[in-house]
Amino acid sequence: MPAVLGYQFMQHALAAAVLAGVACGVVGTYVVVRRMVFVSGGISHATFGGVGLALWLGFSPILGAVAFALAAAMGMGVVTRRTRLSEDAGIGVLWATGMALGVVFAGLAAGYTPDLFSYLFGNILTVLKSELRMMLVLNAVIVATVLAFYKEFQAVSFDEEFSRVAGVPAGALQLVLLALIALTIVTVIRVVGIVLVIALITIPPSIARQFTSTLRGMMLLAVALAVALSVCGIALSYALNVPSGATIVLLSGAVLGLVLLGKRVRPPRPA
Amino acid sequence: MEHRHSHADGAPAQAIIRLSGVSVDYDGLSALEDVDLTVHRNDFLGIIGPNGGGKSTLLKVMLGLVPPSRGEVRLWGEPPQRSAHRIGYVPQHSVFDREFPISAWDVVLMGRLSHTHLLRRYSPGDHAGAMQALDTVGITSLKHRPIGQLSGGQQQRVFIARALVRNPELLLLDEPFANVDTTTEEEIFRLLGQLKERITIVMVSHNLSAISTYVDKVACLNGRLYYHGSREIPPEDIEATYGCPVELLAHGMPHRVLRRHD
Repeated sequence: MPAVLGYQFMQHALAAAVLAGVACGVVGTYVVVRRMVFVSGGISHATFGGVGLALWLGFSPILGAVAFALAAAMGMGVVTRRTRLSEDAGIGVLWATGMALGVVFAGLAAGYTPDLFSYLFGNILTVLKSELRMMLVLNAVIVATVLAFYKEFQAVSFDEEFSRVAGVPAGALQLVLLALIALTIVTVIRVVGIVLVIALITIPPSIARQFTSTLRGMMLLAVALAVALSVCGIALSYALNVPSGATIVLLSGAVLGLVLLGKRVRPPRPA
Repeated sequence: MEHRHSHADGAPAQAIIRLSGVSVDYDGLSALEDVDLTVHRNDFLGIIGPNGGGKSTLLKVMLGLVPPSRGEVRLWGEPPQRSAHRIGYVPQHSVFDREFPISAWDVVLMGRLSHTHLLRRYSPGDHAGAMQALDTVGITSLKHRPIGQLSGGQQQRVFIARALVRNPELLLLDEPFANVDTTTEEEIFRLLGQLKERITIVMVSHNLSAISTYVDKVACLNGRLYYHGSREIPPEDIEATYGCPVELLAHGMPHRVLRRHD
């Protein structure tokens, strides 16, 4: 066993990678099949406002992130359904406003904001035990919710209109899904950061989609891939002495690229 | 449901759907104008009309998905939301994502959602129902296939099975013959012909050829609804609906629906 595994920071990092991988694989699968990638990007960037507020007022940035992510997610759900603002315009507004709030709050925090960079781009090697506990709780909520509403989420994702006819509360489930995306983003922020979250949510499920044709299969494979890519990314970043979050994202992107290339070289799936 | 087969002798058939003065406006644009329509039990009604003529909207009004701007909708004498569990719905083919990772089996099971509960798994009864519905549409062997890998006709059968698994008393079909070859079209018609013995069917299509011998009654829809409670359509209705001379339409129609002119 490499000696580095004996260090507590490395144990924390690996635990964080596993927790982030589970959340990303499960929720990312819905994000990819429902084409909610841009919404997720908007929520994640809006989360920066919460981090900034927490740094300014001196409470846990993760708590600030949870509050802002959930508020942004609910805001998205309501704004796009109840107003004439188009969905992508709404996302753009949310995205930039959240970031701007974060910048202003961080500025008010009187210069001392050492963590800012690590929230934007992730620094998995500095994850605290308390943050791990928080990630564990968020993961439990995410997995329990998906298990409880699996068939309804599947139905609403595939055919929302029919689901409504079949008596499924589609509107409420959409908000629940947005909330799950928000919690996933918070879980992943410490690993790859606000700016790069979208990669870990999109890339593992996209790779998994190439090899699976059921939602369940896609989710399980995406979880395995997200965990493996995060762990390998950490190892690589440690070996090369480069930032961990970006390394995980680049590794994931490279694997997806290779998979797509391999699929192209071989003849397409038989119909 | 219990009195489905108890067609009282001589008594007028029960009104399943009753629309009175229904109008729907989307952002000031009128999709449906003052539509009156009564569908009786065991009717097989075909509604034809051009694209954008309000056909899907009409079905969505019946399903309670679109509230009418004016007028009243009643299914079995009640607001449509209360009757959703009695309806089987086959939506327009174009609305679904072919890339979605789901098997034909899981799509069919969706039809049982209103018969099961949140937090519960599908029951053995749901599974038996799904198996029977797949058998009815003749694609039992394809149940594990991803929906995106099925042909247009096979996909349409899956969606019909999903509607049938609900044991509906009323079947609403939106453009069931889009993306379907003529052989499958004929087979689906034969299936609907069997189903109409026990289910009331309303089908909309932009294609006049969809009105075959299996359909009992025909209406024309282009914002306004032209309906005489029969299978024959007066030429002037077609003209009003499609806005072009009847002669053009009458030729090349595989099934004659117009009155003979002689």
